[in-house]
Amino acid sequence: MAMKDVPDNIFMTSLDAAASWARSNSLWPMPFATACCGIELMATASSRFDLARFGAEVMRFSPRQCDLMIVAGRVVMKMLPVLQRIWLQMPEPKWCISMGACACTGGVFDTYAVVQGVDRFIPVDLYVPGCPPRPEQLMAGIIALQDKIKHGGTLNGTEFGKRTQPTGPTPYDLDELIRIREANEKLISIN
Amino acid sequence: MSAEDALKSKFAGDGLAFSQFRDNHRIEVPAAKLFEILAFLKNEQHFDMLAEVTAVDYLEYEGAKDRFGVVYVIVSTKTAERLVIKTFVNDPEPLLPSVYSLWKSADWLEREVYDMFGIRFSGHPDLRRILTPDEFTAYPLRKDYPLKGRGERHNFPVLTRAES
Ligand code: SF4
Repeated sequence: MAMKDVPDNIFMTSLDAAASWARSNSLWPMPFATACCGIELMATASSRFDLARFGAEVMRFSPRQCDLMIVAGRVVMKMLPVLQRIWLQMPEPKWCISMGACACTGGVFDTYAVVQGVDRFIPVDLYVPGCPPRPEQLMAGIIALQDKIKHGGTLNGTEFGKRTQPTGPTPYDLDELIRIREANEKLISIN
Repeated sequence: MSAEDALKSKFAGDGLAFSQFRDNHRIEVPAAKLFEILAFLKNEQHFDMLAEVTAVDYLEYEGAKDRFGVVYVIVSTKTAERLVIKTFVNDPEPLLPSVYSLWKSADWLEREVYDMFGIRFSGHPDLRRILTPDEFTAYPLRKDYPLKGRGERHNFPVLTRAES
């Protein structure tokens, strides 16, 4: 078909690109807001910063209706099974933003109860650093995620199937083993 | 007669130790007499509210003779008096009588002490962990528990993107 035969307002693209374009501009976030970062997430969504400009303002509190999980805040070990369950309940295709130092690494809360980064237990697509990240920063993150979806997104989500490795460090990194061993040795010397 | 004077005369031979810091009236009582004394303060004095139950781990504390101190703060809503009752328990099986039958607020407070210090309260209607998950085995506020835990925060399945 010669170009001149194409009527106005018709353009050609691949199905993958069309689907990714649509998806990236209508992200429905699942606000998993557990701590102070959640307040900043709310600010991002409300009128002053207006996340709606990027098509991601429809916060849904049912995971069945969401395709973007924003983990905002620290996740304690009692909450982690809930987080994993909600992640599994979200329909494909889905993405995950880990927002803030706590969600990314545990932040200053390096204690027995706080999970040291959600990426150890659920797959994360994008990290937004900061304590808390400013709304602009979260928006930059969402725009970067939109880019990521547009470049390399596929209609049937085959790109997800290739990610067979966990996103985060292995749950027992060497440091932790050493720390635990030291703690136990100290215990033995006390008792 | 103030509540402290009443205690002094009623439990004269029981080794109660009274002390005061500013308006903080403190009484150390032996664990065996704890329930009797608290019941007396509730029923015959006017302390109708249990404001706090908490514990202190005295492991390696200078000059401490006992492992745990358990602290009860009781308040009178009539006179706004406040008393701090302290008692001591020891390993290996720290056990105290529950005061749930006196004040209903003891329910969650005692569960918290049990959760954090592993001090059991006999007669408590439902002594379960309150803050940490049910499958947690340690008592995190004990001094011999490492700050970073013993790996509890790692024992979860890891979800990869391909399988979720
Ligand atoms: S990163 Fe900072 S603001 Fe965000 S949850 Fe942690 S402590 Fe709060």
